[in-house]
Amino acid sequence: MNNVAIKYTNRGDRWFQAVAFLLAASIPVIFLTIFAMLLWQARESIFQFGFGFIFSSAWDPVKNQYGALPFIYGTLISSLIALVLAVPLGIGTAIFISELAPAWCKEWIATTVDLLAAIPSVVYGLWGVFVLGPIFGLSMLCAGVILAIMILPTICAVSREVMQAVPNSLRESARAMGATQWEMIKTAVLPTAASGIIGSIVLGLGRAIGETMAVTMVIGNRPSISLSIFDPGYSLSAVLANEFAEASSNLNFSVMVEIALILLVFAVIVNGLARLFIWKMVSQDHSR
Amino acid sequence: MENGQPRSFKIRKIKEKVFLAATMLATLAAIVPLFSLLTYVVIKGISSINLDFFLHCPVPVGESGGGMANAMVGTFIIVSIGCLFSIPIGVLGGLWLAEWGKGKRGFYIRYAVDVMAGFPTIVFGIFAYMLFVLTMKRFSAIAGGFALALVMLPYITKTTEEMVRMVPRSLKESALALGLPEWKVMIFVVLRSAWSGIFTGIMLAVARAAGETAPLLFTAFNNMYWNFRLDQPMASMTVQIYNYAISPFEEWNNLAWAGSLTLVSIILFITLFVRKFSRRVTYG
Repeated sequence: MNNVAIKYTNRGDRWFQAVAFLLAASIPVIFLTIFAMLLWQARESIFQFGFGFIFSSAWDPVKNQYGALPFIYGTLISSLIALVLAVPLGIGTAIFISELAPAWCKEWIATTVDLLAAIPSVVYGLWGVFVLGPIFGLSMLCAGVILAIMILPTICAVSREVMQAVPNSLRESARAMGATQWEMIKTAVLPTAASGIIGSIVLGLGRAIGETMAVTMVIGNRPSISLSIFDPGYSLSAVLANEFAEASSNLNFSVMVEIALILLVFAVIVNGLARLFIWKMVSQDHSR
Repeated sequence: MENGQPRSFKIRKIKEKVFLAATMLATLAAIVPLFSLLTYVVIKGISSINLDFFLHCPVPVGESGGGMANAMVGTFIIVSIGCLFSIPIGVLGGLWLAEWGKGKRGFYIRYAVDVMAGFPTIVFGIFAYMLFVLTMKRFSAIAGGFALALVMLPYITKTTEEMVRMVPRSLKESALALGLPEWKVMIFVVLRSAWSGIFTGIMLAVARAAGETAPLLFTAFNNMYWNFRLDQPMASMTVQIYNYAISPFEEWNNLAWAGSLTLVSIILFITLFVRKFSRRVTYG
């Protein structure tokens, strides 16, 4: 027998697979290109300010003094406020939908919460300015509240999914031991789903860090560090939205790109972590 | 009966009730903002929406009237450009991941897709700015479309991979057994039968892209007038809403609400329609 049967792949197959691979591989290539281009365009700022850039709170474009600390601070504080508000609500909602809600309203509530994720960020911003603004003032707190509303569907949807992936036998064993519903959730569901729930929280944090328009509209846009969350602040994404296109000098432009780079590094670290947590969970039930 | 039970049991029962109430409260608190937001958008939007809004371009401050007709068409064009870039890469890339992406290469690509789905979208705008705006020396619709393509790409890739995985092996094998070459099986059998699911993913990505503002701020920029040239700045609904929203003029703020109502209606319509449609596909 000659090897006709073994080399059955024809030319079309090889081409097709190669093209599909190239297209798939273009995604990590784009990923790396974005990094490389940001690094390249930020070089002037990186050489000029070094690591001090991250720890300096000077911000005076006229005198060429730049520091990213106020923006990092604003991003972190508003995201933390968002987590403090959204984590209990998101996980509570997820538990309710996955474990407790009667069948007739389960789907209905899940859809409603998911719809929160479909609303454009600029509409949240508009609503934030005119509805939340009068209550909280344009402040880091206001940004935190609106971020909480925006990341809640992420936290809720992912933790709901991992809770539903918990095998029913675990729930049944807990109930058979005489556990109440709450004890069953506490001892059987939550520990099993823990990794995925943590993943959902970290994923939500990633969303909050990268969110731009709504934050820009409500955070107050003042580049200073204030300990009070009722004061206006500024975030990495907001300063980009407001000032990137208006960069007055090469150095100013480079500084803006470095801020984008810092934002991206935050987002990549946080999202990378979230994926690890969620994958650990998901790969348990359908390991390929 | 109740009296015969030990105290600790009652406490446990009370704890359960408290917990149940707490999760219900949490759910309520999660839903209230959506209703508040929708109520505001509908009430404020309806009061300033009229036929002119759909037929006219924005007018300068001081003049009354004016609409978002050019912005609606602009969003449509920019999102279409986004589809042009992202659908071929996303669908074939997702197919590769599902069919041949079991090894290390697949792992890295999948990881890149997942992490890219969490990129701040404004970074895509900055990337497109460097690629297109810096080289062409002007804002353009095509730069905006490219930025939106990067927003859509991870979603399309992920849904395609998931949907292709759900195609039964037997279907593929029977087609191969008939003597079809693999590439034809992939296109005419595998992609074909996964298509309704993939289409759902694409539509959700479109809905998401249509609502994006940040990637367009310094790519497509904005335009007060009609423009159909892809190498020129183009208006989009989101950027126009943003400009109206942050302006100090009440009339413009009202136009922002009207724009929001239009945009939210379109996006919610796509999302709900596609959800209903895809559910029928999965269970039917």
